[in-house]
Amino acid sequence: MVLIREGTLSYNFRDLLALEPLTADELSFLLDQSKPFQEIQKHPLKKLATLRGKTVALAFFETSTRTRISFGAAASRLGADTMNLQAEASSLKKGETLLDTVFNLNAMKPDCLVMRHAASGAANYVARHLDIPVVNAGDGTHEHPSQGLLDALTIRDRLGTIKNLNVTILGDILHSRVARSNIHLLGKFGCKFTLCGPAMWVPRELEKIAPGTPIRCVYRIEEALDGADVIIMLRVQTERLNDPPLSANDYVLLYQLNAERLRRASRDAIVLHPGPINRGIEITPEVADGPQSCVLEQVTNGVAVRMAILYLLISGATETGTHLALEVKSKESANASD
Amino acid sequence: MLLIKNGRVLDPASKTDAALDVLVDGEKIKEVAPAGKIAAPQSTEIFDASGLIVAPGFIDLHVHLREPGQESSETIETGTRAAARGGFTAVCCMPNTKPVNDNASVTRFILDRAKAGGSVRVWPIGAASVGSKGEAIAEIAAMKEAGIVAVSDDGKPIATAKLARQVMDYCRSLDLPVIEHSEDVSLTNGAVMREGVTSTRLGLRGMPAAAESVCVARDVQLAELTGARLHVAHLSAKASLEQVRWAKSRGLRVTCEVTPHHFTLIDEDVEYDSKFKMNPPLAAREDREALLAGLADGTVDAIATDHAPHEPALKDVEFDRAPFGILGFETALALALEQLVQSGRLSLIRMVDLFTMGPARVLGIQRKIAAGQPADLTIFSPNHTWTYHVKESQSKSRNSPFDGRAFKGAAVAAIVAGRVVYRQ
Repeated sequence: MVLIREGTLSYNFRDLLALEPLTADELSFLLDQSKPFQEIQKHPLKKLATLRGKTVALAFFETSTRTRISFGAAASRLGADTMNLQAEASSLKKGETLLDTVFNLNAMKPDCLVMRHAASGAANYVARHLDIPVVNAGDGTHEHPSQGLLDALTIRDRLGTIKNLNVTILGDILHSRVARSNIHLLGKFGCKFTLCGPAMWVPRELEKIAPGTPIRCVYRIEEALDGADVIIMLRVQTERLNDPPLSANDYVLLYQLNAERLRRASRDAIVLHPGPINRGIEITPEVADGPQSCVLEQVTNGVAVRMAILYLLISGATETGTHLALEVKSKESANASD
Repeated sequence: MLLIKNGRVLDPASKTDAALDVLVDGEKIKEVAPAGKIAAPQSTEIFDASGLIVAPGFIDLHVHLREPGQESSETIETGTRAAARGGFTAVCCMPNTKPVNDNASVTRFILDRAKAGGSVRVWPIGAASVGSKGEAIAEIAAMKEAGIVAVSDDGKPIATAKLARQVMDYCRSLDLPVIEHSEDVSLTNGAVMREGVTSTRLGLRGMPAAAESVCVARDVQLAELTGARLHVAHLSAKASLEQVRWAKSRGLRVTCEVTPHHFTLIDEDVEYDSKFKMNPPLAAREDREALLAGLADGTVDAIATDHAPHEPALKDVEFDRAPFGILGFETALALALEQLVQSGRLSLIRMVDLFTMGPARVLGIQRKIAAGQPADLTIFSPNHTWTYHVKESQSKSRNSPFDGRAFKGAAVAAIVAGRVVYRQ
């Protein structure tokens, strides 16, 4: 297992900071590792003992509901305990630096730090200073690796492959960490990207952020949807509508995904949305709740992907320098625990 | 007396490149003559400059010494010691101290502190507007009397075109250059690096190059309107350079400076490390190429460091939260040798010009090695190999992206008013 930590190649699965530096093999491996955990989600008893005695610190310096709960559920289903830090309850408002806060958390001896932060690169920065694994649960407008993985898993389940697909991403791409993680993952499997949205949110520079991946920016939704296999919607952040001032009516007129527009995509096209959804803004309820929508599967898969991430990082960290046998507990042993 | 023997004298003012000895008497140069021709008295101290270059004293037009007000990051004493170590003999300190140097008493305080503990000459730059707030014109005449050499609201531009015009009019009458930090702040609000593919990839908010060049365009046209001396600070964008070129072609009194980090690094070097965060930010590859061309063809008048110390507690934070700025004194000459001379882009004498005559012209003063001139000299080796370790810096701060970089060429001595203030 090769993961890259700050420019050094290591065969320890150390941190998960971004998908950009990972190879297709590594990404496939992560997706494959999620498979057994997906099975566990279907089981009446979902708790394993795999990480019993381990502690996962969840540090969310930026508000989050589903990602925090999802990582919390993933930790608890692996048998780990969690420590929660929320921005509003933290010392940051008292002037403590991010690093001091993290060092204090680390002094309580967690086995892994899952962090979300409003500053791009914050997880990279923290990981440089910590000796426990760091999982980036979203950093500013940079990456959201677990979301990228769960999206890929969802696509693979629905379409049978993540190779050579036409992927369209709609919305505020410039400020989307989800879009970047999607591009860096799916791009390594030959997917072609069409990015579409208001021009100030879809700068041409995006076409060059992943050398080797074909990316084109278009500004008409009809053009963006033609022949799409996967449509990834992004939430229109209402705060972004204020800078620049952009009329919600205009957005709906130009970029809302409705049933009629969706017909331009391939017949089996699927629609993803990282949530939360603004019904009636970027997507009509008809599409959001329709058969092509994968929104709730994404959420379920999120727990499985995060279980795989925590399992690999924490088990890896306990046996430094050794390669773990990456089997996952069978259903029987899963049931046996707790 | 001090006799500097066996050196290679490079003096851009007289276009001299020759083996000459320099005799210093007190604060002045007494004699310059071919090697071995000066008969100095027995008691004369000898500086053997064999294999070294003897240049006029380097001037840095753009530095932040942080005193008064931010002494935990730098003081005049530590900052000028770092400057001397970098081969500088005079530094022009920007007025964005706490309080702002917008009146004669702050100017005098700085000069008093420099006299008491400074290693090199400190030439203060006064604020253009009160508090650099861009509202009322500062006490520029009183500050000039106290010793400022230019005005600037550095850290930001003079806020409005109207005020910039008024400051230029006023400074023309006072014969002071107006130094502009050119930035349309409405285009850069919240941004932390140059806008481009790298900022987009990293998800860091970018400042477009146009944020600088639209402000330079404003200012060069105001320089034409007013006839003022305009100096564009830390110019980083190709389009800005073209504005300066246009101004020069029209005979306007417009000059500009470029920093070593802008001619060395580019936006692609940024990887969430705040030691690569400065304003203006590291520019695109083609901007750097344009700056190198401008340094070679004379469009750029001076190399200035924009030495901007920040103590680790402030600088070692998330990229978004870190203040702008990096150390500059101790690596400037080595970077210039590496990027400009050793790369074959500039002659050694042109590089020396950018550290001496160029900045002197901006300030309206002379800088040359001749009898009767102040004995400010920079002696450097073009060959000495060394590695920069920022933990050994004379500065109080540690914010350099060049920590650990190996160099060829270094300052060996700085002489200010006949006194050796640094010797390797």
